[in-house]
Amino acid sequence: MDSRHDMGPEGATVDSPQILISKLGKSFGSVTALADVNLRIDRGQFCCIVGPSGCGKTTLLRIVAGLEQHTSGSLEILHYDRRKPLNSMIFQEQSIFPWMTVRENVGFGLAMRGQQGAEADDVIQYYIDKVGLSAFHTFYPHQLSGGMKQRVSIARAFANDPEILLMDEPFAALDEQNKALLQEELLRIWEESKKTVLFITHSIDEAIVLSDRALIMTARPGTLKCDLAVDLPRPRQVIAMKGLPAYGQLSAKLWQELHDEVVGAQSLEKIQ
Amino acid sequence: MTATLQAATPDQPIREPASKVRGMGISQRNQERIVSLLAPVALLLVWEAVVRIGLMDHRFFPAPSSIVETFYYLLFQVSWDDSLVHQVLISLGRVAIGFVIGAIPAVLLGIIMGLVPLVRAAIQPLIGAILPIPKVAILPIIMLIFGIGEESKWVIIAIGVFFQVLVATATGVSNIDKIYFDVGRNFKAGRLATYRKIALPGALPTIFAGLRLGWGMALLLLVTAEMVSSDGGIGFLIWKAWQTLSVEEMYVGLVTIAAVGILSFWLFDFMERKFLPWRNRF
Repeated sequence: MDSRHDMGPEGATVDSPQILISKLGKSFGSVTALADVNLRIDRGQFCCIVGPSGCGKTTLLRIVAGLEQHTSGSLEILHYDRRKPLNSMIFQEQSIFPWMTVRENVGFGLAMRGQQGAEADDVIQYYIDKVGLSAFHTFYPHQLSGGMKQRVSIARAFANDPEILLMDEPFAALDEQNKALLQEELLRIWEESKKTVLFITHSIDEAIVLSDRALIMTARPGTLKCDLAVDLPRPRQVIAMKGLPAYGQLSAKLWQELHDEVVGAQSLEKIQ
Repeated sequence: MTATLQAATPDQPIREPASKVRGMGISQRNQERIVSLLAPVALLLVWEAVVRIGLMDHRFFPAPSSIVETFYYLLFQVSWDDSLVHQVLISLGRVAIGFVIGAIPAVLLGIIMGLVPLVRAAIQPLIGAILPIPKVAILPIIMLIFGIGEESKWVIIAIGVFFQVLVATATGVSNIDKIYFDVGRNFKAGRLATYRKIALPGALPTIFAGLRLGWGMALLLLVTAEMVSSDGGIGFLIWKAWQTLSVEEMYVGLVTIAAVGILSFWLFDFMERKFLPWRNRF
């Protein structure tokens, strides 16, 4: 990372915005998926958006990724280091290519940018080792478990070395043990580089464990509310931190907000 | 089950008898193998016996032994130009050339069709109209255009193969999970890389299925074209045998084309294992 900006999330907040979203809206025909979304994410910040399924959080992420176009408002993403790709996405479903080995999958972004040879090989090997798949680098995805596949997906995104990581519920399909394990691995890798992260999840626990900042997204139309700072110390231990009093308070606060939202949505449904 | 267990005394639990059966004699899998080898042999023996006794007319169903004799004769006792090996080589040359001419453009166009909706919209109705026509029906037109030489055989085989493979490839590409193209876009894959790294390998299993169908079609058209106008090849051999009423030679031709079919499908199996190592083995 560029040393001038290597100040950690707190120091960076004042002068280095990375993602600026203002009054953003998205509609599919007559259905309004997102309305009046405002969000500023600074460089190096780990930001989680929590929301129920179908609230439009994946749509927001895909808009930031450039995979979809917003229909109103503005989105500005600042690209500081032009030598690096702007963003890499880690998808929710199985998204690694079944026809490529673990090594080829991890190296996909590098290969697409024309980076091959010894240097690229070192990067690929580094992240394969990081996610604990050294013994499996010649394997094909059908030989891997679900957790291993998501590890490949994580390694692929980090090996691409983007400024921003976009994650769409990457651990949603995993069992609890694997989830905790992968969260911890993600944090460990992320803390080396402190990339800007926008992480989508439906789990409050996951948001608190991972993020510097958690927001809640309401449904129909999706919009953001309750911007909560998660100032728990890093590096974090995923299991141990769940016993901290601050963890409980944050969790209770987010639950309360989400509860109000769910109850609100239900009463709205009854009226309709 | 529960009831029986409760009835048993604690010292003598009831054992499942199934676990004992396996260890004895030949395993079930080997039994199946032996049966599937013996069954055709038995059938041939019955055939031989029935013809010799006179229950079956040897003019229609010559005894397997006399077919083998003819096989030997056609392999070793005639001039090279008339020999079976020569006929087979002529046929293989034709079908291979026709197959390649048909399959390669079909794969390329199929990928573009699968990826570009406008191209698909333009070509789909044409295919819909041409696909159901039995390709044999256009053989006279092909011969009119390309003459009765080798070219017309290549062309008719290529046409048959082309449509089978085109449809399979386009279907294969459009059935690739959208998420892989999202990944491609997110990781800034260019157009060519999207074709080579995502569309082609993703559609390859379906393309292989199309190539198999195309090959079957190619053999069919090969034999037909050789019967209609040719002075060599397996189809010619069978047709000449019909004209001279040499029934054994007809059967030799039949067995030969069957062997070519079986061997070539083994080759497809081998290639599929080689080119699709990432697929779940069945």
